Amino acid sequence: MADNRKIYGMGAEFPSATALFQAAEKIRDKGFKKWDVHSPFPIHGMDAAMGLGKSWLSAVVLCGGITGLLTAVVLEFYPSVIEYKLVVHGKPVSFATVPAFFPIMFELTVLCSAFACVFALLVFNQLPKWYHPIFNWDRFAKVSDNGFFLVIEARDPQFSEIKTRALLEEIGGAHVTLVHD
Amino acid sequence: MSSVPTTEQIAAIQKVPLVTNDRSLSWLTDKVSSVVEERTPFWWWVSFFVTSIIAVFGLFCIGYQISTGVGVWGENHPNGWAWDITNFVFWIGIGHAGTLISAILFLTRQKWRTAVNRSAEAMTLFAVVCAGIFPGIHVGRVWMAWFLAPIPNSNGIWPNFRSPLLWDVFAVSTYFTVSVLFWYTGLVPDLATLRDRTTSRFKKFIYGVFALGWRGSNRHWRHYEMAYLLLAGLSTPLVLSVHSVVSFDFATSILPGWHTTIFPPYFVAGAIFGGFAMVLTILLPARLIYPQLKDVITLQHVDKMAKIICLTGSIVGYAYLMELFIAWYSTNSFEKFTFFHARFNWDGSGYYQWAYGCMMFCNVISPQVFWFKKCRNNLIVVFIICNFVNAGMWFERFVIICTSLSQDYLPSSWHIYHPSWVEQGTFFGTFGIFLSLFLLFMRFLPMIAMSEVKIVLPEADPHHHPHGSEEAHH
Repeated sequence: MADNRKIYGMGAEFPSATALFQAAEKIRDKGFKKWDVHSPFPIHGMDAAMGLGKSWLSAVVLCGGITGLLTAVVLEFYPSVIEYKLVVHGKPVSFATVPAFFPIMFELTVLCSAFACVFALLVFNQLPKWYHPIFNWDRFAKVSDNGFFLVIEARDPQFSEIKTRALLEEIGGAHVTLVHD
Repeated sequence: MSSVPTTEQIAAIQKVPLVTNDRSLSWLTDKVSSVVEERTPFWWWVSFFVTSIIAVFGLFCIGYQISTGVGVWGENHPNGWAWDITNFVFWIGIGHAGTLISAILFLTRQKWRTAVNRSAEAMTLFAVVCAGIFPGIHVGRVWMAWFLAPIPNSNGIWPNFRSPLLWDVFAVSTYFTVSVLFWYTGLVPDLATLRDRTTSRFKKFIYGVFALGWRGSNRHWRHYEMAYLLLAGLSTPLVLSVHSVVSFDFATSILPGWHTTIFPPYFVAGAIFGGFAMVLTILLPARLIYPQLKDVITLQHVDKMAKIICLTGSIVGYAYLMELFIAWYSTNSFEKFTFFHARFNWDGSGYYQWAYGCMMFCNVISPQVFWFKKCRNNLIVVFIICNFVNAGMWFERFVIICTSLSQDYLPSSWHIYHPSWVEQGTFFGTFGIFLSLFLLFMRFLPMIAMSEVKIVLPEADPHHHPHGSEEAHH
C-alpha cells in the first residue's frame, strides 16, 4: 500500500553503542550530510564520530547573561538614583555603596542566562516537535529504552534506496527500513 | 618479586560499579518505569491520604492567620521573627542538597550522582515551595506582598535594593525558577521513555506533550549536553549565593549573634548538611518500598552521602566553636552575653539553652558516627542520624533567631517566645505539603534519571568490548 507516500529516509538498527559509534564514523567518512543517530543516552565521543563541532549554545547563554546584568543595572539604578532616592542607614547612593546592589545583579544574570539556555536548547533542536516521520517506524519506540538507530535522510544528495540499503547492511545495521513521511 | 599484579590486587583497586549486579539498559528502563506504571499501591493511597490531611490543616492555619492577622502567632516584642523565619531557613536549606547533587557533583564529575539527582532535585523544588510560604505570610498583610516587586506604582514607591530582604526575594525566586528549568530539562528524555512505553492513549498524550517530541537524536544530545553543563555551571554559584543571601538577612544586622562574617559559608555548609540528611530520610524508605531500585541506589550511594554529612557536619561544628571563640576573643560584652549567657546559659539567665544543647548534639556530635564504615553501611543507623540532623538543623535556625532576639541590648525589653498552635500547625502542615508533593512525584514521574544512569553502565561506553576483551577500561 501507499507507496506514493513521501520517503523520509532509511533507518537501520544497531545492537550496541559501540556498533552505532563505529557505523557513524563510516557514514561520516562516506561524506553523508543529512543523517543522524538516535540513542537512549548521549554517547561519549559521538559528536566527533559524526563530524559535528562544538555546540554554540554557550554564546546564546552569554548574551542572556549580559541581558540579565544590564536589566538589573537599569532596574536598580533608575529608581535608586533618579526616580526615588532612598537614603538608608545614612548611606548615600554613590559609587561607594555599589556593592550593595551586586546580589540582585548576580541573581538576574543567572536567571536570564538559565532562560536563554533552555529556550536556546528548544530553538536549536527545533523542539517541541510532536510529529516527526521517524516515529512512524514501529521499531523506533525502543530509542528511549535500549535501541540504537542510524537514519539517513532522503534529502541527502548521496541517498539512493538501493545503495544506501546496501551500505547500511554492510556496516552492520539490522532491520534496515524505509521510513515514510 | 613480580611486578605483575595479581587478580586480587586488580580487583581491590578497581572501582565498584555504580549499578550493581551487571544490569542492562532495558533492565533499568523496566525497573524505573515500573514504579510509575504499576497499579497505584495501597500504601500510596494511605500515605497520600494522611499527608494531604496534614497539608490541608497547614493551609487552614495559613488561612486563619491571614484572615485574623499575625497576632495569632506567638511573636512579641522583641521577638519579631521566630518560627516563621526559622521554618523558612530550614526548608530553603533542605533544598540545597538537591542542587549540590545536580550541579556541583556534575561539574566535579561525581558519576554516582545520577542515581539520586532526580529525586533530590524534586525534593529541592518541594522544599522551596514550603520555604516560600513563610516569608509570604509573615509580612502580615499578604495582599500587600506585591510591594516587594520593583513595579512602578501609583504611590511612586520603590523597594530598597540595598536591603538583604529584597536580595532574598530575588535569590529565592531565581533559585526556584532555575531549579525548575534544570529539573525539567533533565526530565525530557525520561518523559520520552514513559511516552514510548505506555499503552494508555491518555498517558501517551500527556507524557508526549511534556516530552516535546524528544527522539534521542545525537544532533539534539549535542546541544542538550551543553545546556546541561551550562545549567549546572549557573546553578553552582546560584546555590551558594542563595544561602549566603539568606545569611545576609542576619549578618548585615547589628544584633549580637547575627552580626558575624562567618555566616555565609557556615549557612551554606549547614544547608548542604541538612539537605543531604533529608535526601536520605526520603530515599531510604523509597528504597525499602521499591526493592527493584536497590541495584541503582546502592549502599555505595548511602555511604558517600553519609560521608558528606560527616564532612559538612564537622564544618558546621567548626563554625559553632568559632562563633564561641570570637565572642570571647572580641571582648564585646553584648556578643559574649549572647553566646555565653543567652545560648550557653552559664549563669541561668538564658531562655533557650535546651535548644542550644539539642543543636550541638544533633548537628555536631551525632554525625561523627559516620567516621565508621559500619555505621555508614547500617541503614537503620543512617536513618536515625539523618533524622537527628533534620531536627538539629531546625534547632540551629531557632537558636540563631530566638536567642539573639529574645535577649538583646536592653534587659527591660527581654521576653521569652512561645509558638502558638497556629505557628505549630503551619509548620506541621508544610511537612504535609512537602510529602504530598513528593508522593505525587513518585507516582507520576520517573524517580531515577534513566537516561543519565544509562551513561554510567559499562555498555554505554562506545569503546566497551564485553566479555574477555583486552581493552577493558576507557
